[in-house]
Amino acid sequence: MTCENCCIELIGIEKSFGDQKVLRGVNLPIRRGFTTVIVGESGQGKSVLLKHILGLIAPDAGQVIVEGQDVTRLRGPELKKLRTRFGVLFQGAALFDSLTVFDNIALPLRERTRMPAAEVREKVRATLELLDLSGSEDKYPAQLSGGMKKRVGLARALQLNPEILLFDEPTTGLDPVRSHEVYQMFHETQQKLGYTSIIVSHDIPKIFNLADYIALLHEGVIQICATPEELQRCEKPLVRAFVERVMGKMYSSEIEDLELAAGL
Amino acid sequence: MIEWLENLGAKGLSILKEIGRAGVFLFWSVVGIFRPPFKIMPIIKQIHVIGATSFTVIFFTGAFVGMVLGLQGHYTLRMFGAEGALGSAVALSLVRELGPVLTGLMVTGRVGSSICAEVGIMRISEQIDALECMAIDPYRYLISPKVVASILSLPLLTAIFNIVGLMGGFLVGVRLLGGSEGAYLSTMKSSVMAADIRMCFIKSICFAILIVWICADRGYWVHKSRNGFGAEGVSRATTHAVVISSVAILVADYVITSLLL
Ligand SMILES: Nc1ncnc2c1ncn2[C@@H]1O[C@H](COP(=O)(O)OP(=O)(O)OP(=O)(O)O)[C@@H](O)[C@H]1O
Ligand SMILES: [Mg+2]
Repeated sequence: MTCENCCIELIGIEKSFGDQKVLRGVNLPIRRGFTTVIVGESGQGKSVLLKHILGLIAPDAGQVIVEGQDVTRLRGPELKKLRTRFGVLFQGAALFDSLTVFDNIALPLRERTRMPAAEVREKVRATLELLDLSGSEDKYPAQLSGGMKKRVGLARALQLNPEILLFDEPTTGLDPVRSHEVYQMFHETQQKLGYTSIIVSHDIPKIFNLADYIALLHEGVIQICATPEELQRCEKPLVRAFVERVMGKMYSSEIEDLELAAGL
Repeated sequence: MIEWLENLGAKGLSILKEIGRAGVFLFWSVVGIFRPPFKIMPIIKQIHVIGATSFTVIFFTGAFVGMVLGLQGHYTLRMFGAEGALGSAVALSLVRELGPVLTGLMVTGRVGSSICAEVGIMRISEQIDALECMAIDPYRYLISPKVVASILSLPLLTAIFNIVGLMGGFLVGVRLLGGSEGAYLSTMKSSVMAADIRMCFIKSICFAILIVWICADRGYWVHKSRNGFGAEGVSRATTHAVVISSVAILVADYVITSLLL
């Protein structure tokens, strides 16, 4: 492999839906034990990219290497085995809408482990508490708020102590305090368990504290994958433009002031 | 002309592909029955959904089909002076044909549509993807319990349909129109052979598999069909599923009858 301490590597991924070319040769190494955050404007293909890693979408061209295996070539049982390492949160949470919150979170434990019922109850209770969901265990997903759904999805993804976390916008829809808590929790559990995580987020610049690497997806390619510091220092015009746009207030306030002055 | 042929070919290929996919679907659903962890609760729940809740509708269809058979049979047989054979006529038409076929059709309408809608909604709201990502086999978790429950329920529902139908025929043909009670019962008993019961049983098991197979398959692959998105996609798939599986039941009925008779 080209990248030694990578647990996931995307090589030249291309994907079109009909006439629309979404990914045009994505190369992205994901380093083991670190947090990589994928950023980019809405509709640039971040969620599609995550689905490639999970083997839910087959690329038109390119390879997805996870732990030395090409996901695009794997079949049934091998793919299943690989997926046991993943903990996934979908953008829309994808909760089972005919199961209660409790059953949703307990499902992976019940279906994938032989844990006795009492222990399952204990573990789910603990997670519910951690994510501030106690008291909603008997509700159905349709009865939850958007942020609560996200937290239930998170709880479900964390049940089996995955090695690789794939989170699609884990904090969208959460209030600032909650999202801060969720990031805090990521940070602490990662320190403890050392998992690899890939997070899609719009929460810039807050996510910079958590991210070890930031990958910017734009026009179907990864423009840059670097540490937050490098990103902010990068001279590439496209990257500069992005940084200035999302962090406008902090970095280009002078320019804005000038523009304002000129406009007046 | 060439274009027309091309379209025809493309259509044919896509239908072949769908059939192949459905074959694979059935294969994994059946394999899923024998995969651990074995859980009894989902099967019981599905028996409740497919079997128990269909009881009322089966009871009433059975009763009225039997009654109308008694009525029609009585007047038709009387033309030949053979009122005595009413028991035999009602019993044979129920056990051989009407029992399994009508039970299958009623269950398709009642349960097939809900199976298709349930699976289809799980597909379009990414719940099936989520199952796959949790390394839970969606066939084993979602479809296999339905297959087992359906195979257990349909023969029982068919039996209920037949019994209620026979009683309905008795009620009209004997009690209401004054046929002979003894003749009804004795011709009924003597004409139905073990082979007829076996055919009825085989048919109901085949229909049970057909219903779940076709309806769940339509829902499971709803996103692959043209415009298979959202509520409209699912509702279209549901309509298709019911139509296809109803026709499939009638076709299968003919095939099984011609093979076993
Ligand atoms: N199944 C699909 N069929 C057709 N087009 C699709 C499909 N899935 C995604 N797309 C298209 O791919 C593009 C990228 O979608 P994607 O969901 O990955 O965006 P995103 O970067 O995650 O955006 P957001 O930040 O809003 O979640 C969009 O233009 C979308 O219309
Ligand atoms: Mg997205």
